[in-house]
Amino acid sequence: MSQAMPPKPRPEITEDSRPYWDGLRQHRLLLQCCTDCGRLRHYPRPLCDACHSFACDWVEACGAAHVHSWTVAHHAFHPAFRNELPTVLVTADLAEGVRLLAPLQTEAPVTLQLGQRLQVGYWDVDPSLTVPVLRLDENG
Amino acid sequence: MSISGRAAVTGIGDTDYTRDASGRSALMLQLEASLKAIADAGLRPHDIDGIVMPIPSGASVAEDFVTNLSIPDLRYSAATPLGGAGSVAALQCAAMAVASGICRHVLLPVGRTGRTQRIGARVQAMPQFRTVGEFEAPVGAVAPAQYYAPMARRHMELFGTTSRQLAEIAVTTRQHAILNGNARMTKPITIEDHQASRMIADPLRLLDCSLESDGGAAVIVSAAECARDAAKPRVLITGMGEGHPDSPSTITQRADITRLGIAKVAPRAFAMAGVAPGDIQVAEIYDCFTYIVLCQLEDLGFCPKGEGGRFVEGGALGLGGRLPVNTHGGLLSQAHMAGMNHVVELVRQLRGEAGQAQVPDARLGLVTGYGDLGDGTLAIMARE
Ligand SMILES: [Zn+2]
Repeated sequence: MSQAMPPKPRPEITEDSRPYWDGLRQHRLLLQCCTDCGRLRHYPRPLCDACHSFACDWVEACGAAHVHSWTVAHHAFHPAFRNELPTVLVTADLAEGVRLLAPLQTEAPVTLQLGQRLQVGYWDVDPSLTVPVLRLDENG
Repeated sequence: MSISGRAAVTGIGDTDYTRDASGRSALMLQLEASLKAIADAGLRPHDIDGIVMPIPSGASVAEDFVTNLSIPDLRYSAATPLGGAGSVAALQCAAMAVASGICRHVLLPVGRTGRTQRIGARVQAMPQFRTVGEFEAPVGAVAPAQYYAPMARRHMELFGTTSRQLAEIAVTTRQHAILNGNARMTKPITIEDHQASRMIADPLRLLDCSLESDGGAAVIVSAAECARDAAKPRVLITGMGEGHPDSPSTITQRADITRLGIAKVAPRAFAMAGVAPGDIQVAEIYDCFTYIVLCQLEDLGFCPKGEGGRFVEGGALGLGGRLPVNTHGGLLSQAHMAGMNHVVELVRQLRGEAGQAQVPDARLGLVTGYGDLGDGTLAIMARE
């Protein structure tokens, strides 16, 4: 008998973050941009840390990124990820100046370097949840 | 008026540290350690008039201690939920309570049956982890090792820090645990053992990680003037504080991920105590992972940023080394008591009660906490 995989952790989406998660489902990486001073911020939150304005627009990231750091997960701290190990989790600098943590999707094992160029992609976990992923930039 | 020297740690107590407390509840372990600490201070339970709970310890609250210890007039209760920084944060909280005259003797209990719940599930239930729970757990980062490993990796890439240097910390800490007599790990390890241990979250191997443990540890913080007649040498808290990193809810968004919150408090606490890192004779440094020790040594000012790897080489953290660190075996090899075992050990060292691991004539030392996603706490203590 095969054991059913337990479900992966799901985000507890708030009013502050709903546009971010809705954007991912449309394969768009949306970031908050302060309407008053233009500061970009991430992760989603109510207030601009530069001018303390609540007013914000959601702008689409261009998808360009580079390696800030990474880890390779070998131990399953959550049983839902066990079958995917080892997983490279990359801390990436987005071109817009904020960061993203996402799994690296590669065909073969790679040796990463700080500053290496990446491209944002999308992974439809199920019809109601899409998470960002990172791929090596083929032009990089 | 400065709070420096206004509070003393007058009592310390701990239980046996085990893999499985064989049916004893977290509250029972906290009470066992508390009774020992109260007796060590030469007090009776009814003398306790304040309680600071350093971490959510099971489901127990200050009221449980009033009931079980029959405390007639509890004047102050507080909690310092800073994860592993909570025990040293509780020292400051208690010192403020006694320096202000609200309390005379404050109890700080920790006790846990840590192995009963998976670490990933436990941290995701803590409000401090809400942000990473929403944005990082769904992509696969669910546990502290996975959140902290990118800090170590970037340190390695920028400064050339190596896994063998992290191993030096694990090996030395194990040597100290063996001397302690109340430690979960009692077999020596080598750098090669560390290098052969399985990878958990690269670059962190199994022997870079602390031990989920069952047990209890507690201390009593008293107003300095109430400690004058105590039987044991008076150990004063002369410098203390909290340091919260930039972007405290997620390491990912922090401008400099090689710098912890303790970098902010270190200059303040050393100035309060009127001493410098070079004066410190013994240091109990929060060691949930080896890398966190290395980074704190830099952020405390024992060496410049990036030189922690070279600083720890050659047994420098051992007895007789340039800075004896975690002389009890730490979280890595004694037990994970959220750092209250570090506080207990520093007081033992400064009283001259540290047995085979005693640093000769230790009169000045420090203890740190590190919690959640980079919070730092620091207390500097001196024997009179
Ligand atoms: Zn703004």
